[in-house]
Amino acid sequence: MKLFDSLHFAFSSVSGHKLRTFLSVLGVTIGVASVIMLTSLGEGARLYVMDEFAQLGSTLIIVLPGKSETTGGLPVFGRAPNDLTIEDARAIAQGVRGARMVAPLAIASMQAATIEKKRDCIVVGTTNEFTHIRALELYGGRFLPKGDIARDFRVCVLGSTIKQELFGNRNALGENIQIGGSKYRVIGVVASSGTSIGGNIDEMVFIPVSGLLRMLNSSGLFRIFVEIERHDEIDAVSKKVIALIKKRHNNVEDITIFTQGAVLSTFDKILSILTYALGGIAAISLTVAGVGIMNVMLVSVSERTSEIGLLKALGATRFQIMKVFILEAGMLSAFGGLIGLLFGVAAANLLRHFYPTFPAEPPQWAVIAAVFVSVGVGLLFGILPARRASRLDPIAALSRR
Amino acid sequence: MIELRDIHRTFKMGDDLVHALTGVSLKILRGDYVSIMGPSGSGKSTLLNLLGCLDRSDSGIYLFEGRDVSSLSDTELSSLRQNRIGFVFQFFHLISRLTAAENIELPMIFAGIDRKERRDRIMEGLNSVGLAHRAKHRPEQLSGGERQKIAIARAIAMRPSILLADEPTGNLDSKSGREIIDLLESMNQNGLTLVIVTHDSLIGSRATRKVKISDGKIVSIL
Repeated sequence: MKLFDSLHFAFSSVSGHKLRTFLSVLGVTIGVASVIMLTSLGEGARLYVMDEFAQLGSTLIIVLPGKSETTGGLPVFGRAPNDLTIEDARAIAQGVRGARMVAPLAIASMQAATIEKKRDCIVVGTTNEFTHIRALELYGGRFLPKGDIARDFRVCVLGSTIKQELFGNRNALGENIQIGGSKYRVIGVVASSGTSIGGNIDEMVFIPVSGLLRMLNSSGLFRIFVEIERHDEIDAVSKKVIALIKKRHNNVEDITIFTQGAVLSTFDKILSILTYALGGIAAISLTVAGVGIMNVMLVSVSERTSEIGLLKALGATRFQIMKVFILEAGMLSAFGGLIGLLFGVAAANLLRHFYPTFPAEPPQWAVIAAVFVSVGVGLLFGILPARRASRLDPIAALSRR
Repeated sequence: MIELRDIHRTFKMGDDLVHALTGVSLKILRGDYVSIMGPSGSGKSTLLNLLGCLDRSDSGIYLFEGRDVSSLSDTELSSLRQNRIGFVFQFFHLISRLTAAENIELPMIFAGIDRKERRDRIMEGLNSVGLAHRAKHRPEQLSGGERQKIAIARAIAMRPSILLADEPTGNLDSKSGREIIDLLESMNQNGLTLVIVTHDSLIGSRATRKVKISDGKIVSIL
C-alpha cells in the first residue's frame, strides 16, 4: 500500500464525516491557537520589560563597598571594608580604559528648609555625570556643575515633589535653602519622573558629593556608578575596576560589582519561565483536544466495523488498517494545528496592531512545538482506536450490515 | 485446489460450546461450481469463513493450492485473501462514501498496485458486469442488483482463483438475483472456481456439485 493511497483513503473518511471532522479539528485549533496566543503574550511581556530596562542602560556598572558573598550571609572573618572614596572614583575615571563616565554617589536623610518650610528628604551627593548615567531630565535650570569632584559647590538640584513642597508654584531657581545647616542655592529642578527603579527621584535633593561627605563627616561613598563605552566590555571593565580598587585598598578585594546586565538577565529568566508556564497551561488544552480526537476515532471505528471487516476480507493486514486509522487521526490534528497556527499568529498580529508598544509575537519554539505537539497528539491518541480497529474479528465485523 | 480433511470448529457462546463444524471433509477442484446448502445454523457460513481464510479450524487439515493454511501467519493469510480469494456478501459491503469505481479499486490499493494498472482493471471490471456508465455513482445511487455487480467486480479485481459468495441473492428481488447468478456462472465458465452458500434450493440446485450440510456435518454431495 502506497503512502499517497493511504493518505487518500484516510482523507476520504475525514472528508466523509464533515461535522465530526469539524468538531475534532476545532479542538486542536483552539489548543494550538491558545498555545500561540498565550506564549505571544508572555513573550510580549518579556520583550516589553526588557526594553524598559534597556533604556536604563545596560552599559552600567555599579560599585558597592564591601564584598558580598554569594551565600548572602555576613562575612565571618571579614573586617570592616575600606571606604569607597572620592579618590577611588577619580582613579576609576582616570585609570580604567573603557569607563566613559564615573559618578560617585553618597546618600543621607536630611532636612531641607526654606525660611517658611522644612521637609525631610533624601540628599544625594553626586556629580554632573549622574544626570547622564541615569538620563535625568530637568524641568528647569541645570544639573550640578562639571568640574573637579572634590570641589564643594554650594548648589543643589531639587526633585519635583521637594520643589513643590518647599516653594509651591513659585520659581525656585536662584533661591537659597538650608540643607543640614549649610546654605545651598537651587540651580535646577528635576522633571517629575515618578517612581523609578532605585527610588523616587522626585523626593531627592542632589548636591555635590564632596559637600555631603563633609556634612556627614565621612569619606565613604554609597555607590560608584560607572558608565562604560560598550556593552560587550562590561565583564572586562568590571575586572579592571575590581583590580584597581583592590590595589588601592591594600590588596584587599572589598567591593562588589553589580551590573545592570545581571538584573536584566534575572528578569529575562523570570519572564521566560512565565512564557513557558503559559505555554504549558495552553498545552493542557492540546491534550484535551487529543482526547477529543481519540473519542471521535473510537466512534469512527465502531461505526465502521463492517468496513474494517471488509478491508480484512479484501486482504488488508492489521498493520495496514492501523496505519490508515492513525493517518486519519494525524490528519485531523494536523488540520487543526495549521488552522490554530493561523488563528494564533493572526491574533498576535492584531494585538500588535492595536498595542504597538507591546511586542506580542509568538516565540519560534512555541510555534514549532505547537505544530509538532498537535500532530503528535493526534498520532498518539490515534493509536488506541487504530489498534482496536486492527484487532476486530473480520467475521463478527462482516456479520453486521 | 482445495482440500478439507476432518475439520472441526467449535465456538463458545456464553457457557455453551457450539459445535459449528464436526468432521467436515471436502474437495473442491479448479473450475468447480459448488453450492453449499443447509438451514440457518447448520454451519454453512462457518464453512465459508474457513474456506475464505477469515477463520481457522480447531483441528483438521486445510490445504489451499497445496499449502497447509493452518501453518500460515496472519500476514500470509491476508496475502492469500488478497490474491487468491474473492468475496461476495449478502449485504454487498460497499463503502458508502466511495464511488463504484473507488470501491472496485479498494483491494488493489491495499495490494499496492500502481495507479495506471488500477484504472485499467477498474474499467475491465465495470465492463465485465456491464456497469461502465455507473462508475462515478455512489452505492446509495445504485439499485440492489447494481450494488451486487459492483461488489462482484471488486471481488475479481485482484484476479482470484476462487470466488466465495455468501447468499449473494439473499437481499435482491428475483429478477436481480437471476442476473447475479447468471453473471457468476458466466465467470465460472471462464475458469473461475465458484462456491455459493445459499438456503435457496432453486439456486443451489444449479451448481454442478451440491453440498448439503446440517448440524455441522456434510449430509450429501451430489
